[in-house]
Amino acid sequence: MVMPRTYIRPMGSWWRRLPFYRRYMVREATCIAVIAYALVLLTGLWRLTQGQEAFDAWRAALATPPALLAHVVLLAAFVFHAWTWFEVMPKTLPIVRMGGKRVADATIVRSGVAAASVASVLLLALAYGGWA
Amino acid sequence: MKRSNKPVFWSLFGAGGMLSALVGPALVFLTGIALPLGLGFDAAGLSYARAMGLLQNPLAALALAAVISLFLFHGFHRLYHTLHDLGVPVGPGLKALCHGLARLGTLVAIALLFALG
Repeated sequence: MVMPRTYIRPMGSWWRRLPFYRRYMVREATCIAVIAYALVLLTGLWRLTQGQEAFDAWRAALATPPALLAHVVLLAAFVFHAWTWFEVMPKTLPIVRMGGKRVADATIVRSGVAAASVASVLLLALAYGGWA
Repeated sequence: MKRSNKPVFWSLFGAGGMLSALVGPALVFLTGIALPLGLGFDAAGLSYARAMGLLQNPLAALALAAVISLFLFHGFHRLYHTLHDLGVPVGPGLKALCHGLARLGTLVAIALLFALG
């Protein structure tokens, strides 16, 4: 079949055109950090099943400068992911009503950030309470 | 008409996104920065004995499985859509690959946890 030679608007690197699109792409790129971190944990679990020597090697690898630097980048990506996740929550959640009134967008965002803060403090308290 | 599997994968994407937004930053800080550097922890840190002891608790094992699995489902689902945004010609094959890798990671995590006993 011969394709008709209609004009097709070039869409290459469309996301570089506007700051809004760039921010969207950075948000979407955090998925790489989430996958990478899941694989770090999966590797740790795998090394744990292999015994103490293997697990200690995994821990030693995590303590090297490249791994630490990578985790600083991962942390920044996770914080950005968390922030943007709650930022769009007024759009991704079904309409929330309380007392017959629609809950304001800003309240939904603040509730999400507050929930994440509480969860983080609890997790850190558990870890530090147990092993510090 | 065949039923769409979209709600299933969208729910897993959403659950993973929520879990990683709630506890992700603290987890990365703990396992990737604080424990390797020993920031505020005793010398043992995340020792072999402690990791084994922690995962003897079924709740802790379930939590680890949930983190690994849902993070993978979230990440690979978003990766698929981002590839589409970048102009990569995606299709059912690439979608199946993305979801398949998340499933594979989930199964491996569960198998390893059972191997620990």
